Amino acid sequence: MFPEIGQFSLILSLFFALSLASVPLIGYWKGNRLLFETARPLTFIMSALVLVSFVTLSLSFLTDDFSVLYVSQNSNSQLPVWYKFSALWGGHEGSLLLWVLILSGWCSAVALKIRTFPEDIGPVVLSVLGMVCVGFLSFLLFTSSPFARLLPDVPADGGDLNPLLQDFGLIVHPPVLYMGYVGFSVAFAFAVAALITGNLNSSWARWARPWTAASWAFLTLGITLGSWWAYYELGWGGWWFWDPVENASFMPWLAGTALLHSLAVTEKRGVFKSWTVLLAIFTFSLSLLGAFLVRSGVLTSVHSFAADPTRGIFILALLLVLVGGSLLLYAIRAAEVRSTVSFGVTGREAWLLLNNILLTVLTLTVLLGTLYPLIFDALGLGKISVGAPYFNSVFTPIALLLMVFMAIGPLSKWHHTKFRVFFKVCSISAFIATFSAGLVVYCYGFGFIAWLSLAVAFWVVFLSFSDWFGKVSAGTKGIIPRARQLPRNYYGMLLAHLGMVVTLVGIVLVSVNSHESMLRLSPGDRATIAGYEFQFDQMEQVKGPNYVASKGQFTVYKAGNAVAVLHPEKRFFSTRQQVMTEAALDAGFTRDLYVSLGERLDDSAWSVRIYVKSFVRWIWLGGLMMMTGGLLAALDKRYRKRAGV
Amino acid sequence: MHSVRKKRLLVITAIVLILSVAVGLVMYALQQNINLFFSPSQIAMGEAPRNANIRAGGMVVKGSVKRNSDTLAVAFDVTDFQHKVTIEYRGILPDLFREGQGIVAQGKLNNDGVFEATEVLAKHDEKYMPPEITEALKNAQSSTGESAESAQSTY
Repeated sequence: MFPEIGQFSLILSLFFALSLASVPLIGYWKGNRLLFETARPLTFIMSALVLVSFVTLSLSFLTDDFSVLYVSQNSNSQLPVWYKFSALWGGHEGSLLLWVLILSGWCSAVALKIRTFPEDIGPVVLSVLGMVCVGFLSFLLFTSSPFARLLPDVPADGGDLNPLLQDFGLIVHPPVLYMGYVGFSVAFAFAVAALITGNLNSSWARWARPWTAASWAFLTLGITLGSWWAYYELGWGGWWFWDPVENASFMPWLAGTALLHSLAVTEKRGVFKSWTVLLAIFTFSLSLLGAFLVRSGVLTSVHSFAADPTRGIFILALLLVLVGGSLLLYAIRAAEVRSTVSFGVTGREAWLLLNNILLTVLTLTVLLGTLYPLIFDALGLGKISVGAPYFNSVFTPIALLLMVFMAIGPLSKWHHTKFRVFFKVCSISAFIATFSAGLVVYCYGFGFIAWLSLAVAFWVVFLSFSDWFGKVSAGTKGIIPRARQLPRNYYGMLLAHLGMVVTLVGIVLVSVNSHESMLRLSPGDRATIAGYEFQFDQMEQVKGPNYVASKGQFTVYKAGNAVAVLHPEKRFFSTRQQVMTEAALDAGFTRDLYVSLGERLDDSAWSVRIYVKSFVRWIWLGGLMMMTGGLLAALDKRYRKRAGV
Repeated sequence: MHSVRKKRLLVITAIVLILSVAVGLVMYALQQNINLFFSPSQIAMGEAPRNANIRAGGMVVKGSVKRNSDTLAVAFDVTDFQHKVTIEYRGILPDLFREGQGIVAQGKLNNDGVFEATEVLAKHDEKYMPPEITEALKNAQSSTGESAESAQSTY
């Protein structure tokens, strides 16, 4: 019964999405207020129907209704109940339903806040979002309905969730990531609505800013969670693989970062207007491209869903229609947009322009590296893969350059900044940064790249603090009252920039200062790595809810004292006949101890991976700081005012 | 020069400069880091370069996995049901590495025709087959349909 209700309400929601995509726009062109204002109720009804559909599928999962094909493929009666719920988005169909749910959630959020925009633009924004909903709802209904039944031969039990996904990471990573991905469709809708209404003054940037900042924050958190999950779950201790699907989430992040900065310029100075519109379109296109890469199976990746070419074609068509349509609209309208205010080449605009150029270049290099195997194959030149070294060697120098400028931008003033204003503080910071980074590198014997990166990190920290200090120490009021007066936006930026630095430090130290080894160990053996003694105590068999495991015990000693006891596991899931490595780690602020079991070699010996990872937590700590920064910016008081007040 | 034009020139110069540096970097990095995939048949026919970074893959032949008793060294054969190639690796194999499973290895082909892998990849879902291998199997199958079919039945 439930699946039918779900399917039915999904079909109904498609109808409401179709009306949302058309009726308010007809009202807009005909000047009919009544039609125009249907946007809000239509959005709420559509979202409610999607929610009903999502709830029915969750109920099918929670009640082990294996007559539903999708449930029988991705769940099992032995599965712990929280995984039964998250198994909903463990496969293609369900994750797409989650995607649509989140999309409709964003639509409702916009509808709730509609009074903060001028009257004539809100319904148009909702209508554009409605078009996006039509695209994804029909994709869901026509190619990948999660409600298909297996009747009358109902399987006795389900095929189980992929063991790799039976983890806390699956519960949080996809929803948060999708919040970010899909959130960019709001910025896209604002841009397209601005194009439709011709209302391309800088005010659209003002309304789009908090939404963009919020989705950016979610995407940041989603990527951070994904990286952390991969690190502890995949059992080889990597935190980023330049895997096509990781890139698929990283490209919208880079473009979204550029968008966030260019929106600021458009809002404050009224320049780069057409560029910002274009960037909003591209950011969303990259989100769609990500969906295409993940779901079509054209690229080899750890994330690939079982491939189905028709799905790939559908998303490609969706991509072409949405992006092609908006670009066409852009081509028609862009000529009307002229920046009337000129910008100074020495002002903050120029630094932000540089930021945009560099971020765009970064996005393009990642895009090229990701799509190169496809291009190569399409030209009949053979099957290739582009390895991590490509990305590392291209990405690192450009990203470091970006971070050098990242510190200067906030110091400069809009329009025009006198060179001598920041010459002094920059040269002092540059000197201290190179020197202190040199000292660290010398003491620990790191190489050139580490020195360069650490110098950049110190440079950003010094300049950010001197900027903050300059702002709070000017005037007579005293530091604390002035510090409290600075806008949330400013603190958001500061926190995000410092987060970037923290991540950079983590990346540098984990790559130059980690110790990794693969060993053959039997119980009783000891191995010394980076001053830590790992003693393999014993091996035992344990039974979990839906698996049996070999559980090892390692005691780690430093200078004769036990500092940690680690229990890495090798789990065997009988339903899928699949083996899974469960790494054990002892997390620390400056180092992680990481032990994961390879395989049993003979009667007692095991192959074991032992890592001592330096500062690896900083990578994600920085991500959390960036996310908080994004949220602070989204919640700035300025955006809460109603339109026209 | 007019100040607006001067500004525009400055901006364009900056963009061109950054782009050309980036393009240079990309070209260089792509040249270094592209790994072509070769099937066991292609390797057997000598199409694969020696001592260059490439990828190879196929189905792991049953009973071919040999481990060293003291170290983590392991050797196994992969096949596309036409030809075989031996892969040597030192390290920990992924969880989904199994006899009969499709894998892709990254490394170099040495002068003895043995593939020395630096990395062995098996995918994270047992239903999933790397596209390179699907294609290699298809190609091998289409060249001599019958033998491939019989080989598949043993798998």
